[in-house]
Amino acid sequence: MATSEAGHSADQHAGDAHGHDHDHPDYLAHHFDTPEQQFDSGKLGMWLFLVTEVLFFSGMFCAYAIFRAWRPEVFEGCSQFLNTKLGAINTGVLLFSSFTMAWAVRASQLEEHKKTAALIATTLCCAMVFLGVKAVEYSHKWAMGLLPAGLFSYDENNPHPPGPNWLLYICMPFIVITIGVFLWMVFSWATKAKFQFQCAKPLFFVCLSFFGGVYLGTVLEPKVEDHAVHASADGHADAAEHAEGDPHAEGDSHAEGEAEAAGADEGEHTEEAHEAAPAEEETEEPVIELGSVVPKSGTMVDTSRDLEIQRKLASVEANSAVRDELNALERQDMNASGAITYHQTDDTSNTIAGSEEDVMRRSRAGVFFSIYYCMTGVHAIHILAGIGVLVWLLVRSLRKDFNRNYYGPVDYVGLYWHLVDLIWIYLFPLMYLIR
Amino acid sequence: MSAGKISSGSEIDDPGYPTPEENYLTNSKGLLSWIFTLDHKRIGVMYLVGVSVAFLVAGLLAIGIRLHLMSPDGWFLETGAVKAITGDKPTNDVYNQVFTLHGAIMVFLFIIPSVPAALGNFLVPIMLGAKDVAFPRLNLSSFYLWMFGAFFFISALLASGLDTGWTFYTPYSTTSNTSVILATSGAFILGFSSIFTGLNFIVTINTMRPPGMTWFRMPLFLWATYATSIIQVLATPVLGITLLLLIAERTMHIGIFDPQYNGDPVTFQHFFWFYSHPAVYIMILPAFGVISELISVHSHKRIFGYRFVAYSSIAIALLGFLVWGHHMFTSGMSPVTTIIFSALTFSVSVPSAIKVFNWLATMYKGSISLTTPMVYAIVFIFLFTIGGLTGLHLGTLATDQHLHDSYFVVAHFHFVMVGGTLVAFLGGVFHWWPKMFGKMYSEKGGIASAALVFIGFLVTFLPQFILGSRGMPRRYATYDPEFQTLHVASSIGSLILGLGLFVALFVLLKSLFSKERAPANMWGGATLEWACTSPPPFYNFQRAPAVDDPYDFTDIVWDSVSERYVRVEPERKLAPEEQPAHAGE
Amino acid sequence: MSAHEGSKEGYDFAHPLPLSLLFGVFLALTALTVVTVAQASFDLGSFDIVVVMFIATIKACLVMGIFMHLAWDKPFNILMFVGSFVFVALFIVTTLYDSRATSQDSIPVTNDIVAGPNPKVES
Repeated sequence: MATSEAGHSADQHAGDAHGHDHDHPDYLAHHFDTPEQQFDSGKLGMWLFLVTEVLFFSGMFCAYAIFRAWRPEVFEGCSQFLNTKLGAINTGVLLFSSFTMAWAVRASQLEEHKKTAALIATTLCCAMVFLGVKAVEYSHKWAMGLLPAGLFSYDENNPHPPGPNWLLYICMPFIVITIGVFLWMVFSWATKAKFQFQCAKPLFFVCLSFFGGVYLGTVLEPKVEDHAVHASADGHADAAEHAEGDPHAEGDSHAEGEAEAAGADEGEHTEEAHEAAPAEEETEEPVIELGSVVPKSGTMVDTSRDLEIQRKLASVEANSAVRDELNALERQDMNASGAITYHQTDDTSNTIAGSEEDVMRRSRAGVFFSIYYCMTGVHAIHILAGIGVLVWLLVRSLRKDFNRNYYGPVDYVGLYWHLVDLIWIYLFPLMYLIR
Repeated sequence: MSAGKISSGSEIDDPGYPTPEENYLTNSKGLLSWIFTLDHKRIGVMYLVGVSVAFLVAGLLAIGIRLHLMSPDGWFLETGAVKAITGDKPTNDVYNQVFTLHGAIMVFLFIIPSVPAALGNFLVPIMLGAKDVAFPRLNLSSFYLWMFGAFFFISALLASGLDTGWTFYTPYSTTSNTSVILATSGAFILGFSSIFTGLNFIVTINTMRPPGMTWFRMPLFLWATYATSIIQVLATPVLGITLLLLIAERTMHIGIFDPQYNGDPVTFQHFFWFYSHPAVYIMILPAFGVISELISVHSHKRIFGYRFVAYSSIAIALLGFLVWGHHMFTSGMSPVTTIIFSALTFSVSVPSAIKVFNWLATMYKGSISLTTPMVYAIVFIFLFTIGGLTGLHLGTLATDQHLHDSYFVVAHFHFVMVGGTLVAFLGGVFHWWPKMFGKMYSEKGGIASAALVFIGFLVTFLPQFILGSRGMPRRYATYDPEFQTLHVASSIGSLILGLGLFVALFVLLKSLFSKERAPANMWGGATLEWACTSPPPFYNFQRAPAVDDPYDFTDIVWDSVSERYVRVEPERKLAPEEQPAHAGE
Repeated sequence: MSAHEGSKEGYDFAHPLPLSLLFGVFLALTALTVVTVAQASFDLGSFDIVVVMFIATIKACLVMGIFMHLAWDKPFNILMFVGSFVFVALFIVTTLYDSRATSQDSIPVTNDIVAGPNPKVES
């Protein structure tokens, strides 16, 4: 197939022996003979790149399959925390952006320059809306402590602990960029830099649409809250309030720091904390419910201080007895929690005792959220990368670089964008629609 | 760039052809012209320098390991000179880090890019008759990614070492105190470099072939490169995600691989070997390609069973994806899976054996000239056959239980990777050196290096088969006194091997300063790279090369007057419609 | 290369898709999204995942075939891309199978109920 093309291209050159001058337009790289050869090469290259992307994601889908097959009930339970409405809206937004992208390819093939630029800008807006909604989803979950296994600190009795306003943090770079683009737009308008203004104007709307997405997300999030399992209050608004001037905020961040120190050495901590905590349920293993216990157990602080003292003592060379005791405690805890043996923690849930309520633990829900964050996070990184190349494409299309013999870049970026959409098409039902 | 009417045949020393002075090395000057070059030949040369430096570093580490194992309690790393560098780190930790870095640098920085990136970049477009690869900028960026990844590895080496082995198995890699994240980031970046190279070659071979270059007129090196590229594109991304998840596991404890959070270390091994077993074929397949060229050219005989050799490359590439489980027989896979993987492992030996038989059949009744590249090629066949056959012991479930993680595995791996890939790489470098730089090296020196490498290699690694089957486990800094004799033999061998490699380096570098110019067709080859001057001009070909059978040596004869191979007036065997109808540029 | 007959070879290889087709595909995709969300409220038991994946695959085929022009693309590109899913399937199925087969019996058994019917692996 490729041979015959090469053959054709050769024939085409047959008339003039060296076509370098007449036949090589600006857009044709020196080492290609015809625009079609260039287009085909680029396209095959892009397809191969997409193949690598598919295999890249396959690793995470594999992890998903393994853990879902292993513990379907965890996935069912945790999926309730994901907001189907937001997921569906994001799906729609991405599908629409795919449509505008495909349309942009058509427009560039037909040399409708204005339309191409407008459609690429629309695609960019959709991408930003998607990220805005995602930011709301993420910040909401972070505030609830629904984090990857090592950081997981969700407590069903206190699902909305006060904490920093994550949404604001996520928005911060976007705010900065928006202001920057706005200044650029004003500046280019003032200095009558026509082309720059032409570029800055759509980009400003693109930036604004991120906040449109954030607004959309915040409006929709609390409604679903009621039907989500435990929630009572509006997560991020709550969090925002507390972050403003809650004196307990510090203590809470202490708890988070605790959760972060996820090594085995924190286990005994848990044990003791658990004893101190009111026995609200009969957990078989007091494993890693650290996050859940910390905030409400008043004795917690003391325990940890004891521990600190003990650690300090142990660090002195002479206090071998304290150190041994500490080590023994740690080992005991590792045994008790099953952390030391492979899959040990798996056992309980196969027993009658292992039921729904201990799904919300690090080694259960935590792993689900790990997979959730890995998959959607890597997907979001791909969206960000897509935004980068789309901006480049927007500038080039405003420069009227593309024509019917040279629309390759639009087509290739389009392929990439559709692949990102394609992955979301699978991610959405796999993550959000588990019943 | 003028293109006159093509006269007849492809006599290259005809007037009007650029003199060898105008070549890719001289057409622009200065360091910047190298740093920003888009020329595939210069990128190939830069890779050649890069991988050689990496090889030197990792090779010295290997000699350090071998010297340490001279005595049952360890010797070299205990000596004052080493202690001065490593400080008060326990010797066994130092040993762990040394062998890890030896493995990681050799695998990720040397063997994987050696033949495909260094020789491949230089040769693929020329052999194809194209002006450049399809994406020259991507090509340059993949070189810089390689440099960047190498930088990460070196920083890991300097920061706190790395002691997980090159495989980064969890849970050790999630708990080790060394700079695992730096090293995995390095490997992640190197993966991208490898993907982009492979992608570039596939596209180049698919769309950049000049008229007349059909699939079955491609030199076998291109077939091998193509097969390699398929693996690079399909398998490397899985390594990427594996390493990314490993980094996440270390930083956030995502609990996918870490048993502490209900993760599964065996899953990590599946992920890792899904890339790393095919990666073994990334390492060896291009070597097959090199050997196919070497054997045919230096026997002056058409390669035997061209299509079989070509198809077997593709077959190896695809079958290579079905056998990753044989690395995990003792890791706790299910019995059914182990049996399937064991059975599939044997299937790979079929295409490999096809290649070996075809090479032998090519040599049979050929007019063999025992040049340096040919000697290396013969060494390759000998060593690779041993390496391949011992692989079958390891692929057998029952024997693997005994041999797993022993020196037997080390020996097998080194027979394939050093005796195979490294020897083929050296053979390839000796073969194409006159083409790359236009200078001829001393043949005596070259053959001496091949002999030293051969002897040194056998003395190093044959004892390790015995050590392994007697129960010496791999990766240990100390051992039972009963193993000492064999260990000492192995260590002495490694010194001979090292000497041989230094001789090779010396012979090659010395040639650069010689006055004598190598002829365009040094060995009497029929592939396209021998149809351009040595070194090749900037755009490879001044006019579209006449593509002919790459293994038809009947027109190429030794002219004793000019003391070089010349192509006699060719009788074109092409059908009229296949004739290049024009003289392009 | 039927797509560009009659034109100068190597030029005019673009074949823009009709807008109505693109828009129709978009509508179909949206409709399928609605269907997939709607079905989630019915309890289909273990068929759930099958139904969901089936709908997702239809959507994926639409995107690949029309939006990504795969239906008009070169056979080699189709082979490459679709072929990659074969390797994905190989990877996932093998790993999943093995993980399913070993997740029970390699656990140190401390609880009677855990011990499954599989024999304990001694490897």
